[in-house]
Amino acid sequence: MKDTPMSNCERDFILKAIEEKKRLDGRQTYDYRKIKITFGTDYGCLCGQVMAQVSCELVVPKENRPNEGIMFFNLELSPMASPAFEQGRQSELSVKLNRQLERCLRNSKCIDTESLCVVSGEKVWQIRVDVHTLNNDGNLMDAASVAAIGALCHFRRPDVSIQGEEVTVYSPEERDPIPLSIYHMPISVSFAFFQQGTFLLVDPCEREERVMDGLLMIAMNKHREICSIQSSGGIMLLKEQVMRCSKIASVKVSEITELINKALLNDKTARKAGGRCGFAESMPQERITALKTDQTAVEMTDVSETASSIVQTAVAPPQTVPSPSVPVPGVGQVGEGLRNTWGLEEEEEEEEEESCGGDSVEEVTKMDVELHQEDKSRTVDVVEILDSDEEEEEVVILYPEATKKPK
Amino acid sequence: EDSSVSTERVGEILLPGDEFCCGPKDTLPLTDSGKSERLVAGPGLRRSGDRLLVSRSGVLRHKEPNKFWIESQQRRYVPAKGETVIGIVTVKSGDVFKVDIGGSEVASLSYLAFEGATKRNRPNIQVGDLLLAQLVVANKDMEPELVCIDGSGRANGMGVFGTGGLLIKVSLGLVRRLLAPRSDLRADLEQLFPCELAVGMNGRVWVRAGAVQQTLVLANLLQSCDAMTAPQRQQLFRRLQQGAF
Repeated sequence: MKDTPMSNCERDFILKAIEEKKRLDGRQTYDYRKIKITFGTDYGCLCGQVMAQVSCELVVPKENRPNEGIMFFNLELSPMASPAFEQGRQSELSVKLNRQLERCLRNSKCIDTESLCVVSGEKVWQIRVDVHTLNNDGNLMDAASVAAIGALCHFRRPDVSIQGEEVTVYSPEERDPIPLSIYHMPISVSFAFFQQGTFLLVDPCEREERVMDGLLMIAMNKHREICSIQSSGGIMLLKEQVMRCSKIASVKVSEITELINKALLNDKTARKAGGRCGFAESMPQERITALKTDQTAVEMTDVSETASSIVQTAVAPPQTVPSPSVPVPGVGQVGEGLRNTWGLEEEEEEEEEESCGGDSVEEVTKMDVELHQEDKSRTVDVVEILDSDEEEEEVVILYPEATKKPK
Repeated sequence: EDSSVSTERVGEILLPGDEFCCGPKDTLPLTDSGKSERLVAGPGLRRSGDRLLVSRSGVLRHKEPNKFWIESQQRRYVPAKGETVIGIVTVKSGDVFKVDIGGSEVASLSYLAFEGATKRNRPNIQVGDLLLAQLVVANKDMEPELVCIDGSGRANGMGVFGTGGLLIKVSLGLVRRLLAPRSDLRADLEQLFPCELAVGMNGRVWVRAGAVQQTLVLANLLQSCDAMTAPQRQQLFRRLQQGAF
């Protein structure tokens, strides 16, 4: 679906406003929008309009680099972000952003890939970063780079130990997962140019992006090292302009790195303290766009009377429903059921039957107690449940009270 | 249609599926003359047999003597006949302009539907221009059609916009509030500073004030007024008048 076209009047107005050093949302020319960084309960990071998720798995390494781990980046422009993005199709913008993200994070060697090696030549960790755009309000590249580096800093990979030839991967419950070793945090800063390079803006919003002449993207870390620099749109830039931009970028990058570190620290303390953390908690309540509301109290004073009156007037269960019995030591059976065609283990069949057994409240609780005791003593592969079609072939376990099977 | 309806539910929030007619009344009004009332069901109400069902969630409103409708809030515009909308010209081809009005389809506007336009004297409109036009054909089966003249052939305020000004997108509820006959939102805006406003029923508003800064202030104001109650809005306007900008 095509996006709403931009009218000439909007374009002229934005350009005129920029000439007077005014932006649509009231920011100054070098101001960033407020960045809000949140971390999820799993290893993900949400920054502004972009969400990044990191996962890992053990794979065979590349042939020419047998003792280095693999990093894989994937940026997806989902149709949720803008009606101009189509699902599945690799648009030009998506290819460009993917390439920029890879250059910024992979070529800068911000992650120590040699530490990802488990067995040289055979098994290494492959770290996969998936970035999804949630909303396109301009400057997706910066948001994507902050989200990706935040997610990588937040990520913990499972611990691995090697004894001779054996490799053991410990689950998070057995041993604490360990963080990746990150040398530095490259962050990209975008500059939009207007009127053939006369005016520049930092962090363009979506409407400003549509009228800009060209874009300069500088990826830098807080040690003032440039990791990647790219200019698109074909504008001619002077040397002084590029130098000025890199100076502005270093200031911005140190601010943003501070923000990320603070957010990581908050998340760590929240997790240690056992507090609730994650994306759901970061949503503000009681706003018109939020679906979360406080719990409302429910009137419970007359519930017990109503419940007991219902129980007393309830009809006693028919005798044809049998109570659980133990036909053979180690075997428990409740009622009859159909043959389970899902191929699940028999334990789950037992649980299904337990729930269809009792009627009234007291009987259920008694039955549960009995069943739990039976569960501990029984073995797995004993119960065969009769299917009415296979009457003659199967061995049936009957108990004394059982009536004829329903046909 | 015949129904005995109470106005007790006016102002309540109704959900789709609620029935609108009330049940049998306990008391008969003394002035019951046996005549059945006719009522006009507006947007959001739908007749099914002899019942009236609510088809949209919102607040029930009533206008004397017998008009009822559901006032709901949405941002997406569905073209309806007779409404005046602001459109952006996307394509100029042959005898027809294609104009985007924010609906599911692009509307068409003929060259001749302007005041004083003839086959030789074509209107001077470029791709990307803003237009104020009225919908003459707007249903779900056909492509919407616009005209820039009224029934008697006069422009009546419609046509191409001049230069300057900014176009913003707001919700349909705000647009209706701006266009209401005795709108206090408009009265508040008048107190601020001189400005020009063109309001399209498709959620688009064009604003122009003396200076760029004032236009920006006005645009941001309108967008934030959307979700505010009247007292909050008046507080914001007061702060503005005291020179916050």
